[in-house]
Amino acid sequence: MKITVNAQPHEVASAALAEALAELGFPGDSVATALNGQFVPRTARAATVLTEGDQLEVLAPMQGG
Amino acid sequence: MQLYGTEVSSALLLGTAQYPSPAVLREAIAASGTEIVTVSLRRETADGSGAGFFEQLRQTGCRILPNTAGCHTATEAVTTAQMARELFATDWIKLEVIGHSDNLQPDVFALVEAARILSDEGFKVFPYTTDDLVVGERLLEAGCEVLMPWGAPIGSGQGLRNPDALRAMRAHFPEVPMIVDAGIGRPSDAAQAMELGMDAVLLNTAVAKAGDPVGMARAMALAIEAGREGHRADPIDRRDMAVPSTPILGLAELA
Repeated sequence: MKITVNAQPHEVASAALAEALAELGFPGDSVATALNGQFVPRTARAATVLTEGDQLEVLAPMQGG
Repeated sequence: MQLYGTEVSSALLLGTAQYPSPAVLREAIAASGTEIVTVSLRRETADGSGAGFFEQLRQTGCRILPNTAGCHTATEAVTTAQMARELFATDWIKLEVIGHSDNLQPDVFALVEAARILSDEGFKVFPYTTDDLVVGERLLEAGCEVLMPWGAPIGSGQGLRNPDALRAMRAHFPEVPMIVDAGIGRPSDAAQAMELGMDAVLLNTAVAKAGDPVGMARAMALAIEAGREGHRADPIDRRDMAVPSTPILGLAELA
């Protein structure tokens, strides 16, 4: 299934967001996720099903002012 | 100063961006005496560097104030705040909704809208706003218990461009913790904000981009303390003409 992750095209085999994150190599406990502009809490990732063309944002802590 | 029920002693809030190195950032935080540092969220890279940065900050013992920098709509800001709450395990959020790319001026309409949504969701909102009294009132009505008016555009180092407006805000909201956020360039700017009766100053670029960030962090801390003490000590009023400070009485006639 083709999805967009942080503006880059990716191919993932997993249907659930939690598994897709692991497949993509993200450390699940130190990132926050949003799917198609909606925040997906950590606890909801296992039950969140991805579909073709989804836009996934994976954010991490960063320096800021 | 009480920020959403939390007692904070230091009147300096420090940003963590643009330092020459993580070591300098750590030293600057220590030299500033700050208890609150601001952070942000960005797309995670493959090396997982974000987690390492967060762990370094945690070791400073400072409270984390995540921001929504770069958001241009209320929807973006709300989603970013929700992600920040999970990532940093805090319901504090520095709410930024940028309205104009030239001067990074807040979009105060979207700001109020986002502040209301986030306050209803239990966030403790620190709104980056203009020095407009009416907007301040709307933000308080939306649930904010802190106001963060700008001194000048972000990163400009111009100091307080409109001290009269800040003075009016201080007078109008005497009980609301007020933090001047953005525009500070020099220690004297920070001291001036505190002399106006502001509760604190939030700055980043002025320290991070100084020739000696650690030295500037210390200087800012001293200036903020001096300004705070000066305000408490009730400065004299300005006069147009001179008034002799040495007594006239008993002056010899030598002419």
